[in-house]
Amino acid sequence: MALLEVRDLTVEFPTTDGLVKAVRGVSFEVDSGETLGIVGESGSGKTVCTLSLIGLAGGGRRGGQALFRGQDLLTMSADELRAVRGAGIAAIFQDPLSSLHPLYRVGWQIVEMIRSHEDVSKAVARKRAIDLLGLVGIPQPARRVDDYPHQFSGGMRQRAMIAMALALNPDLVIADEPTTALDATVQAQVIDLMVRLQKEFHSGLIMITHDLGVVADIADRVLVMYAGKAVETAELDDVFYHPHHPYTKGLLESIPGASGTRGKLRPIPGSPPSLIRLPSGCSFHPRCRYVMDRCLTDEPPLMDVGAAHRSACWLPATLSGLAEGTEAQRMKVAEAARSEDTPVAEGES
Amino acid sequence: MVRFLIRRLLTGVLVVWLISVIVFAIFFIAPHNVAQLLLGKFAAQNQQLVQTVTKQLGLDQPIWVQYAHFLNRLFHGDLGYSYYSHEPVTSLIKAALPITASLAIGAAIIWVVAGVLIGVLSATRPRSFTDRLATLFALIGLSFPTFVLGLLLLYFFFYQLHLAGVTFFPGGGYVPLTQNPGQWAQHLILPWITLAVASMAVYVRLTRGQMLEVLGEDYVRTARSKGLRPLRVTYRHGLRAALVPIVTQFGIDVATLLGGAIVTEQVFGLNGLGRMSVQAVTNQDEPVIIAVVLLAAVFVVVANIVVDLLYAVLDPRVRLS
Ligand SMILES: Nc1ncnc2c1ncn2[C@@H]1O[C@H](COP(=O)(O)OP(=O)(O)OP(=O)(O)O)[C@@H](O)[C@H]1O
Ligand SMILES: [Mg+2]
Repeated sequence: MALLEVRDLTVEFPTTDGLVKAVRGVSFEVDSGETLGIVGESGSGKTVCTLSLIGLAGGGRRGGQALFRGQDLLTMSADELRAVRGAGIAAIFQDPLSSLHPLYRVGWQIVEMIRSHEDVSKAVARKRAIDLLGLVGIPQPARRVDDYPHQFSGGMRQRAMIAMALALNPDLVIADEPTTALDATVQAQVIDLMVRLQKEFHSGLIMITHDLGVVADIADRVLVMYAGKAVETAELDDVFYHPHHPYTKGLLESIPGASGTRGKLRPIPGSPPSLIRLPSGCSFHPRCRYVMDRCLTDEPPLMDVGAAHRSACWLPATLSGLAEGTEAQRMKVAEAARSEDTPVAEGES
Repeated sequence: MVRFLIRRLLTGVLVVWLISVIVFAIFFIAPHNVAQLLLGKFAAQNQQLVQTVTKQLGLDQPIWVQYAHFLNRLFHGDLGYSYYSHEPVTSLIKAALPITASLAIGAAIIWVVAGVLIGVLSATRPRSFTDRLATLFALIGLSFPTFVLGLLLLYFFFYQLHLAGVTFFPGGGYVPLTQNPGQWAQHLILPWITLAVASMAVYVRLTRGQMLEVLGEDYVRTARSKGLRPLRVTYRHGLRAALVPIVTQFGIDVATLLGGAIVTEQVFGLNGLGRMSVQAVTNQDEPVIIAVVLLAAVFVVVANIVVDLLYAVLDPRVRLS
C-alpha cells in the first residue's frame, strides 16, 4: 500500500454564485521517497486537491477517500488530523514572507512546531531548530535563529519554511508552488535543496507548480490537472516526450525552451472554464485544436495510453508524442470525427 | 529607540506647556472678577475688601508675572488653592484621583478584555448565532448614551433588587481599595459596566473585523498546517497579529476616558476628578479647572507615549527600523 492513496477525491464550495466544483474525482498515489508533480494552470484545483486532504483548503465539502498510512484523512477526527499535520504531512507554501508569522522569530516558529508534537525541552527544540536551519543552508544558524522573517531574504525565508516542514521528519511533504515567489537563481537553489533533502529524509513529496521546468527537475511522476480533473498522469519522461492529452501538449508548447517547441511558442487559446458552469462533455473541448463531435457530449475518463500512462482524451491511445507525423495524424483523426459546424479553437500562432 | 523616546518626551512636555498657556490665557481673558465672585454679597458692601483679595491672589499683577508665579509654583508641586473651598488643589486632586483611576482602569480592563474576547469569538464563528448576538450587542451598546445606561443599571440592580431584598449593589459612593477591596469592587461594578459598555462595543466590532482579516492570512494557514491546537492558532497567531490596531484604538480611547468618567461619576455619586471638574466649572474655580486640564493633558501625553512604546514591543518591524 502506498503512503498516500487518494481515491476519487471531490471538493465543492457552495458560494452565493453557485456550487464551485473545484476538484471533480481525482485519484493519485504517492510513495515514500517518491515525488509527484502536479501541474496545471491557475485555478485548475492543484491547491484545493492537495491541501484539502489536511483540511487547509478553506472548508468546502469533500468526498472520496484519502488513505494516509492506511487511515482515511477525510473521515478522521479533528484531533487525529491535527496529529497528522506537521508530523505526518507537512506543507510548504508559495509566498514564504506571508507564510511565516511576521511577529515571531524564525527559530521560535520552528520550536513551536517541534514542541506542539513532541515533549522536549525548549533548549533541545532550539538546538534542533538551529541544526535544521544549518541543514537547509542558512549561514550562521545559531545567530539567525533569533531573526524575524523580515530580516531574511526571500530565498532564506523559503529555506526556513523548508526547515520547519522537515522539523518532525514527516512522511509526506506538500509543497504548493514553493518557488513561484522567488528569483530564478534562488528558485534553482531551493529546488536543489528540496531534491537533496528528499533523498536524505526519504519522504514522499507532492510538488505543485505551473512551471514544467520545476517538474522536470524534481518529479518522478506527473499529474496534469485541468478544471478540477486529472487529465493525464504519467512518468516524468512520458509527459515531456510522449504527452497524449492536448492540454498537456499545450502546456509544453507554451513554455520557452521546452522539448518539442522548436523555438516557436504556442499559447493555449482561450481561458480556463468557470468551475460553476462547466462545458459539456470534455471540459477542455472549447480550447482544443483536435475537438471531435463526441468531445462535446461525452466526458472522457482516464484511459490507459501506455505503461503507467493514462490520459482523459478521446484521441486514439497510440497518438502520443510531439513528432510531426503524429501531429498530422492527430489532425486527420480529429477532422474525420468532426461535423461542419463544430467550432475549433484556434490560437494566434 | 532611546532617541525616539526622548523626542517623544520632549514633544510631550511642549504640548503640556502649550496647554497650560492656553488654559491660563483663556481664564485671564474671561470677563469676570474673581475677587468679586469669591466675596459674593460682601463685594457690593466693601470695595476695599475686593481690592485686598485681588492683591492677595496676585490678580493685580501683569499677566506674564502671574503666569511666571503659576509656573514657579507648579514646579514646586503647588497648584494653588481652590477659590471655592480654599483647600489646596493638590489635596483635592489627591482625594479625587484614586476614585477616577479605580473607575477608569477597571472599566478599561473590562471593555478591552470582554470586547476583544467577544470579537474573537464572533470572528471564529462568522454568521453563527454567537456572532449575530455579539453584533446586536455591539449595536445596542454603541447607541446607548452612558447616562441612560447608568440610570437603567441603577434602577434594576440597585432599586429593584433592593425592593426584592437583595442589597448587593450599593446605589453610589466609594470605598477606598486600601480600606476594603471587596467593598471597593462592589461599589464600582455598576459604574465600571456603565463606562465600559459603549467602548466595549467598539472593541467587539474592531476585533471581529481585524480577526476575520488575520485568520485568512497565509501565516495562520501555516500555523494550522503545523498541527497546533485551534485555540493556539486563534490567539497566539491570530489575535497576536490583530493586536496592533486594537492598541491604537485603545490609545485614542484613553484620551476620551475622562469625558466618559464625568457622566458616570455624576450618575453614581462618585467624587472623582470628573465630578470635581464639573463643580469647578460651575463655580468658576479656576485653579481647580487649570489643574484638572493640566492633569488630563499629562495623562493623554503619557498614554500616547505608552502606546508608541507598546507598538515597538508588539511589532518587531517597528522596533528594528
Ligand atoms: N474557499 C473557496 N471558496 C470558493 N472557491 C474556492 C475556494 N478555494 C478555492 N476555490 C476555487 O477553487 C478553484 C481551484 O483553486 P486552486 O487554488 O486549487 O487552484 P490552483 O490550481 O492551486 O491555482 P493557482 O495556480 O492559482 O494556485 C479556483 O477556481 C478557486 O476559485
Ligand atoms: Mg494554488
